[in-house]
Amino acid sequence: MSAAAQESVEIEKNGSSEEGLATQQYLTFLMNGEEYGVDILAVQEIRGWERATMVPNSPSHMKGVLNLRGTIVPIIDLRDRFELPAIDYSDITVVVILKIDTDKNDRTMGIIVDAISDVYDVPIDDIRTTGVVENKNSNFIKGLVTVEKNMVILLDLKKLLTIDD
Amino acid sequence: MSVDLSQFHQVFYEESYEGLDAMEQGLLEMNVDAPDDEIINTIFRSAHSIKGGSGTFGFMQVANFTHVLETLLDEVRSGDRSLNQTTMDLLLVSVDCMRDMLQALQNGEEPDMSNADELRAQFEAILKNEDPSQAVVQPTFSEEAADGSQPPGNENGGDGGGADGSNGWSIDFLPEPQLLQTGNEPTRMFRQLSELCDGKMTVIAKTDNLPSFSNLNPEQCFLNWHIEVHAPIEKSAIDEVFEWVIDDAEINIYPLGEAAQASSPESEESESAPAAVETAAAEPVAKSKTTEDKPKAAQKAAPPQESSSIRVDIDKVDNLINMVGELVITQSMLGELGENFDMGRVQRLQEGLAQLEHNTRELQESVMKIRMMPISFVFSRFPRLVRDTARKLDKKIELVMSGENTELDKTVMEKLGDPMVHLIRNSMDHGVETPEERVKNGKSETGTVELKAYHQSGNIVIEIEDDGAGLNTERILEKARENGVISDDATLSEDQVFDLIFQPGFSTADVVSDLSGRGVGMDVVRRNIAALNGSIEVFSQKDKGSRFVIRLPLTLAILDGQLVQVEDQIYIFPLVSIVESIQYQGSDLNNVGGDSDVLQLRDEYVPILLLNQTFGIQTEHDDLAESIIVVVEADGEKIGVVVDELLGQQQVVIKSLEENYKKVDGISGATILGDGTVALIIDVSGLSKLSVKSMKAINKGSTSKKVKNHKAA
Repeated sequence: MSAAAQESVEIEKNGSSEEGLATQQYLTFLMNGEEYGVDILAVQEIRGWERATMVPNSPSHMKGVLNLRGTIVPIIDLRDRFELPAIDYSDITVVVILKIDTDKNDRTMGIIVDAISDVYDVPIDDIRTTGVVENKNSNFIKGLVTVEKNMVILLDLKKLLTIDD
Repeated sequence: MSVDLSQFHQVFYEESYEGLDAMEQGLLEMNVDAPDDEIINTIFRSAHSIKGGSGTFGFMQVANFTHVLETLLDEVRSGDRSLNQTTMDLLLVSVDCMRDMLQALQNGEEPDMSNADELRAQFEAILKNEDPSQAVVQPTFSEEAADGSQPPGNENGGDGGGADGSNGWSIDFLPEPQLLQTGNEPTRMFRQLSELCDGKMTVIAKTDNLPSFSNLNPEQCFLNWHIEVHAPIEKSAIDEVFEWVIDDAEINIYPLGEAAQASSPESEESESAPAAVETAAAEPVAKSKTTEDKPKAAQKAAPPQESSSIRVDIDKVDNLINMVGELVITQSMLGELGENFDMGRVQRLQEGLAQLEHNTRELQESVMKIRMMPISFVFSRFPRLVRDTARKLDKKIELVMSGENTELDKTVMEKLGDPMVHLIRNSMDHGVETPEERVKNGKSETGTVELKAYHQSGNIVIEIEDDGAGLNTERILEKARENGVISDDATLSEDQVFDLIFQPGFSTADVVSDLSGRGVGMDVVRRNIAALNGSIEVFSQKDKGSRFVIRLPLTLAILDGQLVQVEDQIYIFPLVSIVESIQYQGSDLNNVGGDSDVLQLRDEYVPILLLNQTFGIQTEHDDLAESIIVVVEADGEKIGVVVDELLGQQQVVIKSLEENYKKVDGISGATILGDGTVALIIDVSGLSKLSVKSMKAINKGSTSKKVKNHKAA
């Protein structure tokens, strides 16, 4: 988590949080009926799906590159990445543009998801690590958290975005 | 107050390199017999700034070395010393030496002082009017000076040695006649000095300048004083005493005992020198041995320095600010128009948009210009190169340059240096003949290498021309046959023969020299230039000379592209790489060994590559009937690329694909088309490599891909 994220946690603590616990804000989205969350500070923007330019000889989850105000941004289909059953893109298919500090530099990338769900304040202490599940995707998962009796899968963006290197 | 000086280091290095370049250039321009004062001043100023800067940043090795240089230059400047060829050569070598030192410091290494010490000893010998070749190496005084409290560059003292005044000080006080009129009283100052050293001082008044009594103006001061203070007081304390009269008097302060060494050259010639010379000569014996033991490591090739900042002409910045101002005005005009818009104002809207377009284009152009620098940054190193190389080769060569102010993108420029050095060396080594040969062939003794730069239709053209022997076609053919580059019975046109010199490993030189002739070179030159999206051509005429013409795009940020369509995808070929485009005709294609097709293009066979196959684009039709074959050339090899359609040609701005993604084989970058979509730019040389790979991959591609996916997951 970046320093900026820490800061916002501090603000949360002094502000709205009822129990006075450190919380983190997550943007959640739906994919194949499950709810996934990403650190909201990494989210640059949310936009509708538009056709991207195909990049030759790239893996199947790499859907191409988009022009984001002059920057070339790769777009990844998260369903494909997680090897979930593919669905056709529609008018409500959403691209979440994420910006992540990697070791070398900032990287911007877009992920295609089914739909945006909500924004939650998640108390950091409530995040459960994923020791329970061990599968091919558990690398990308930071933890699980229960919000209003529903499970939300929190993603580790750094690992998700640097995987293509 | 503590300021982190290291933040200024980069600037210091850049300025110093610039200073060194200026010195070098000045030295090369200088006529030894009739030195130009202006040039000497320039050289002196550069040396002085480097000394000052390095002193400030604590690089005492550089400061001390430069100091000796500066002393010598100062004498030349004031006319006390005349230049000769030896001194000039030494000065040039010392420029190199300083550059090495600075580079070492910049890389965070301790500079190798052996060269510097040797040179300094030679300079000191010159200063003492001895024969520099006899000079003994003096021990490095950088150590003691580095931790000494007194930085060189001190205006009055002028000594770089480890003087701390422990023996006391010797002061020459030479006031201007009007000293008394400014209300300064020398006796009062002497009294103050006397208090500082408890009276342990002697004052000698010199009356040499005193006029006869009848001419004496009692309001003026005609006396000079020589003062010796026999107590270890701080120099700053003495400075303070004379603080008020610095402007009205010449004040020289030396540590006692070293006065002779540091005083003006006239006195050195007189008998006062021996003591100092003796000390200088006594110590070195032990030290010089260790210095000799060291190999000349400083000759190592320095790492190429690509500085990350540029200096921009203030006019360009002003221009840019103007442009932005206009853009803001247009924007506010349009904003106002939009607030209460009705169809009656469409006319004004269109005008406004046209204005906006105009502003934007101008802005883009001037932003591009910021990166442009005159090509003299590359050219300036060549006079030295030619001078040194000509001497090594025992040839007489004159370098003529024109168009030094032609501007070119900085990135292109940095990568242009090495290929040009190579070509110039080649011209001098292989092109220009020895003086005897030239005379025999009825040419003047001195050969000419001409360097030209100019703009031509959006490109920069650089020509390197010599009036030497020209390319020897027979010899090239013979060598090519020997090396098996061409078959024995091949007949080649002249152009094709000249093209052979760009083949890897090709050299016609009979003797391999340290300059050229190893046969690694021309192919590298061509590859480097191709990497800049440029081209190189050679023209030659026997006994008249040869001419190399390099054509480069003005910038790496913009590319002239040919848009092509494959299915629903648009790709861009760099225009320079395209040889020709032809309509597919079934009969031209031949199949070789089942897998690969070749195109018969006049008397050549060109391998064919299907872009949709290589890039894995889904196709609905297999038939090539309507296709276009774009013949491109990369690394001297042609390939025919099959595409569906040719679209327009346009200039495209190159965007990085690696910034957010990664390098993709066969793609050099991306760009944004007019409608906002992304199009990929094809890397032609990467494509030909990829085609070989994809041929293999077609057979087993799908399985290997899947395995890789599992691994990643």
